[in-house]
Amino acid sequence: MGKTLLEKVWNTHTVRTLPTGQTQLFIGLHLIHEVTSPQAFDMLRSCGAKVAFPERTYATVDHIVPTLDQSRPFADALAERMMAALERNCAEYGIRFSDLTTEHQGIVHVIGPELGLTQPGMTIACGDSHTSTHGAFGAVAFGIGSSQVRDVLASQCLAIDPLKIRRITVDGALGPGVYAKDVILEIIARLGVTGGVGYAYEYGGSAIDAMTMDERMTICNMSIEGGARIGYVNPDAITFEYIKGRLFAPSGDAFDRATAWWSSMASDADSSYDDEVVIEGAAIEPRVTWGIHPGQSVGVQGRIPDPGDVEGAERASVREAIEFMGFKAGTPISGTKIDVAFVGSCTNSRLSDLREASRVVRGHKVAGGVKALVVPGSKAVRLAAEREGLDQIFEDAGFEWRGAGCSMCLAMNPDRLNGREVCASSSNRNFKGRQGSPTGRTLLMSPAMVAAAALAGEVTDVREMMSRRTDP
Amino acid sequence: MSDSPAIDNVAGSAIPLRGINIDTDRIIPARYLKAVTFDGLGEHVFEDDRASMPNHPFSNPSYRQAAILLANENFGSGSSREHAPQALRRWGIRACVAESFSEIFRGNSLSIGLPCFTAAHSDIEFVMRCVEESPGTYLKLLVSDRTLRILDKTLTLEMPDGMRDALLNGQWDPTGMLLDRFEYVRATAADLPYVVGF
Repeated sequence: MGKTLLEKVWNTHTVRTLPTGQTQLFIGLHLIHEVTSPQAFDMLRSCGAKVAFPERTYATVDHIVPTLDQSRPFADALAERMMAALERNCAEYGIRFSDLTTEHQGIVHVIGPELGLTQPGMTIACGDSHTSTHGAFGAVAFGIGSSQVRDVLASQCLAIDPLKIRRITVDGALGPGVYAKDVILEIIARLGVTGGVGYAYEYGGSAIDAMTMDERMTICNMSIEGGARIGYVNPDAITFEYIKGRLFAPSGDAFDRATAWWSSMASDADSSYDDEVVIEGAAIEPRVTWGIHPGQSVGVQGRIPDPGDVEGAERASVREAIEFMGFKAGTPISGTKIDVAFVGSCTNSRLSDLREASRVVRGHKVAGGVKALVVPGSKAVRLAAEREGLDQIFEDAGFEWRGAGCSMCLAMNPDRLNGREVCASSSNRNFKGRQGSPTGRTLLMSPAMVAAAALAGEVTDVREMMSRRTDP
Repeated sequence: MSDSPAIDNVAGSAIPLRGINIDTDRIIPARYLKAVTFDGLGEHVFEDDRASMPNHPFSNPSYRQAAILLANENFGSGSSREHAPQALRRWGIRACVAESFSEIFRGNSLSIGLPCFTAAHSDIEFVMRCVEESPGTYLKLLVSDRTLRILDKTLTLEMPDGMRDALLNGQWDPTGMLLDRFEYVRATAADLPYVVGF
């Protein structure tokens, strides 16, 4: 019987079985940011520990970064305090830090891959639930809390229980105007927001095999929204091609030895899984969330569900969601008016996301009364987009072109919804209050769908918008 | 580095929080993550939910002394912010019993010594009703035998063995344990091709 990538990575990184029965797992790459690390460094100091492997931790700043005026000190004194704490901690413990003065700053899950820090066969931990993103490279990557950040700093290890594994096969070609975002929203709608609890998700099949690394990252990023702390894709030639030549990637002969090892870590063809699910890629439509968690989505041609059609505990949840969103059961999701359009977040802020959104936007104008912004995931993405003239396309259409950071995904910086505004968002969570206003409303969708909504002033099927344009 | 204290029993009154998928953004909104410590989080727990729901249990003085949180499915989903269990603990919660938890929330709770048990829907419903009818009802949770005692009943709860042992042995704060055989850590690292530069 063959082994899965999860088993191989788990085995090679197991230090020992702890007296509690948990596994002591070595963490190959530890990423930190300003929100969940300061408490960890304080705990480290109070227990008198050192950082065991400072060269295996890498820091950046993303959550609180203003995307307009980034001059120091920040206008927000609390944000400035968090930034200063990270600077002090990195300096004191000798940890590399892509701060705002470097060209490598950006969302932690965008810069890790971009810099070649993220590699197949690694264990990766970060005090952020979207660490599952790095699984796109065939790494075992997961989010942790601040006490666990302290543990990794002190020992480069975590005490953790093993997971079951579910294989999710997406076969066939995606239709035009259908993206990785739609695939993962479909998966979560199908398996539910708790379907992944206790599991790691292995994504495969011809639709996943055909995806770029950016697209695979979008899929893995939202594994946690389906309850799975870990999601990964087996590494292949597309993975290796992406890594080649990046700042922290092995080079020369070492790169060849690395690809041999990375290949050997992929799941064997005769691996067994605790569960398997097959999804037909061609049947997936552009999706839009209508509720207050990422499992509550429909195809853009679909309608708001009726709580009466839902059984058990889910019924109250659907009713609560519809009430919060101000929707009526049975009405089409298409045509929902929006106030804000946000292209950004660790889910969908990479160059290919901005390209797809710009293709929709080019030569058109944002609808009156809609505030639209593009927040690139990193400085490198921003620069690359500017070299292609994407900034100009967005600005000509009436979008704001911002600096890199998490921005309106969770509104820890000045970018936020006001009152009951409705936001078409390429981010990952539509929880109540997520985008900074306790009554603000979020509709999750792909960047192309956000762009289409920005132009139309309402949720609209990007496929129809694009085909109308090409009609004679 | 000393071990953390052993945790076996948690006793006191309980607070029932109905609803599935209560995420960590609701437990503690992101604006309160703008800080470099966990201090003061207790007073902001469920702040936005409390503002929009006049009958929110965390606003009800009858539950203010509660030590045990009762919840339904998928409690603590979403963000990995440890601020969520920290806020609950600073408010006064000493243990949680739910139909299910998000894994990250449960792991974070363990690492601050906050036991999270799961129980069957019917048992949660029974306990919630008892507590709603009589808010001061005394509950006793035992980590060792994974039970909840209420009135004349003893209900069976679940908790993975690793978590149970970590709590009972005072090893829920694992830093000391992880550093205990550090030569093994070095040996594991030295065997990893990417650590040694391929």
